[in-house]
Amino acid sequence: MSAEPSLLAPVASEPLPPSRTVLMRLVRNPVVAIGGAVLMLMTLLGLFAPMLGTLDPTAINPSTRNRMPGFERTIRADDGTTTVFKHRMGTDSLGRDVYSRVVYGARVSLLIAVSVATVSIAIGLFIGLIAGYVRPLDGIIMRFMDGLMAIPGILLAIAVVSLFRSGLTSVIIAIIVPEIPRVVRVVRSIVLSVREEPYVEAAIMQGTRLPKLMVRHILPNTVAPLIVQGTFIAASAILVEAILSFLGIGIPPEIPTWGNIMAEGRNLFRVFPHNILYPGIFLGITVLAVNMLGDGLRDTLDPKMAGR
Amino acid sequence: MAGYILRRLLATIPVLVIVAVLVFLMLRLTPGDPAAVIAGDNATTEQIALIRNRLGLDQPILAQFAIWAGNLMQGNLGESFFFKKPIGELIIGRIEPTLSLAFATMLIAISVAIPLGVLAAYKHGSWIDRVVMGFSVMGFSVPVFVIGYALIYVFAITLGWFPVQGYQPLSGGFGGFLHRLVLPAVTLSVIYIALIARMTRASVLEVLSEDYIRTARAKGQVERKILFRHALKNAAVPIVTVVGIGIALLIGGVVVTESVFSIPGLGRLTVDAVLARDYPTIQAVILLFSGVYVGINLMIDLAYSLFDPRIRY
Repeated sequence: MSAEPSLLAPVASEPLPPSRTVLMRLVRNPVVAIGGAVLMLMTLLGLFAPMLGTLDPTAINPSTRNRMPGFERTIRADDGTTTVFKHRMGTDSLGRDVYSRVVYGARVSLLIAVSVATVSIAIGLFIGLIAGYVRPLDGIIMRFMDGLMAIPGILLAIAVVSLFRSGLTSVIIAIIVPEIPRVVRVVRSIVLSVREEPYVEAAIMQGTRLPKLMVRHILPNTVAPLIVQGTFIAASAILVEAILSFLGIGIPPEIPTWGNIMAEGRNLFRVFPHNILYPGIFLGITVLAVNMLGDGLRDTLDPKMAGR
Repeated sequence: MAGYILRRLLATIPVLVIVAVLVFLMLRLTPGDPAAVIAGDNATTEQIALIRNRLGLDQPILAQFAIWAGNLMQGNLGESFFFKKPIGELIIGRIEPTLSLAFATMLIAISVAIPLGVLAAYKHGSWIDRVVMGFSVMGFSVPVFVIGYALIYVFAITLGWFPVQGYQPLSGGFGGFLHRLVLPAVTLSVIYIALIARMTRASVLEVLSEDYIRTARAKGQVERKILFRHALKNAAVPIVTVVGIGIALLIGGVVVTESVFSIPGLGRLTVDAVLARDYPTIQAVILLFSGVYVGINLMIDLAYSLFDPRIRY
């Protein structure tokens, strides 16, 4: 893990810098390639949602409620021209186009995945560095984290959500809180092992100040494990958002998220299974892609764990 | 050994205390006055003051915590805002469906996942291995309720083999009880199977490269016995650990599965309490679930030290 160049290696056959070889190994790993490609596709879907033949995902239309996939409707524009719109995935019980909601739903899910992963890692990293390095605080911080981890994740998220008004931010906070202790644990254990390394001791002997010591010598060791951890957090964030929204305690129902579309489709599931089927497939594929990416990253960045 | 057990028992106390403090603070952080909520919309200021006094809400926060913790010790979980009933009673009435679901799920998960994991490790690198691993990643990627609705659609609506939703208490006959439990338990077991199969495979794979496995093969031991007696037994510790950690997943899954299948258990109670902003009930359910989670993992840890002679502390 340490990036010290070997003094004995002959200059002529100097290997590629580690960052480039890692990147090449990653791209060659089919699991990473497939996961990354699917994720890219979902991101593009979310970004270009308005251009993909979608309607306003929140537009309610009482005259076309609960239509099966493939139903065609004539839309009259303001200037009097008419177009035929095909509801590829049918409509929900408020007449909203399910296809448009599913496509726009990718935005919310990916936004949640990215924000939860980055924020929980940033907070967890900060706390973990302190716990690992400032010995007197270690005990207190870790007992507190043990307490948080003793509450099953989804329950903790439900509890946090119940404290606030429902909304995107409160759902993101609710998903972040249970993830923090897991990041803290990983970071702390890395700090504890790295701080005994000779190069860290040497840096301390040279009088390196604490902030610089942290950033230059300790932090780089946490990057690879945290990237892996981050992808798994992203995957679980998408799932937890869907679960919270599905239970009716997540994001307000008019916002198109995959969980909300499925929650809306619950009551009429027997007759119109497509309201659960389509968002379910999109959600499953996206989470699967993130998980594949995580597995591939772990195998490449931490070869000891390969294939486990 | 006795010293270890005692230390391990003592170590769980701070964890439970912190859980209790967090859960207690949660109620204090909530917007609004619990006394006003209990009193209802038409209450006078005096009535609210009376309730506040009865609940001890007019005391300093530390005293409030002491009263609340004291009541908790005596098994008094308080009164539900929404159901207007003692929470203890409420929980006891909801325990049977949840326990049945959890037990059935565990039973299915363990009896499917461990053979799958051992097989995948034994056939390491083969298509069987890849199928098991692929299933495991997929199990982690699909939310419980999507699996639930897919199973309902196929086995209840299309094939008509099982009822769509609902629960029948054990006292109403074992056949009907089991009939209604199959789909929810299978639904909930998917993620658990994924978790346990993956860990079993990894753990057995590691053990299979040990010298004593080679020795057992050399003396002509049958493969089946090598796998299940020599390998699985020695690979058991991480597997049992992950079964314990997975209880957290199971508890989260119970909340969702009970909603999908309309099972009147503790999970459904949790969701109803959150929707009604019934904070004392939310607190009690979280405390209960966390206590069970910590307790089971404690028992698993202690079981190792008793049954596995290699573990010495």
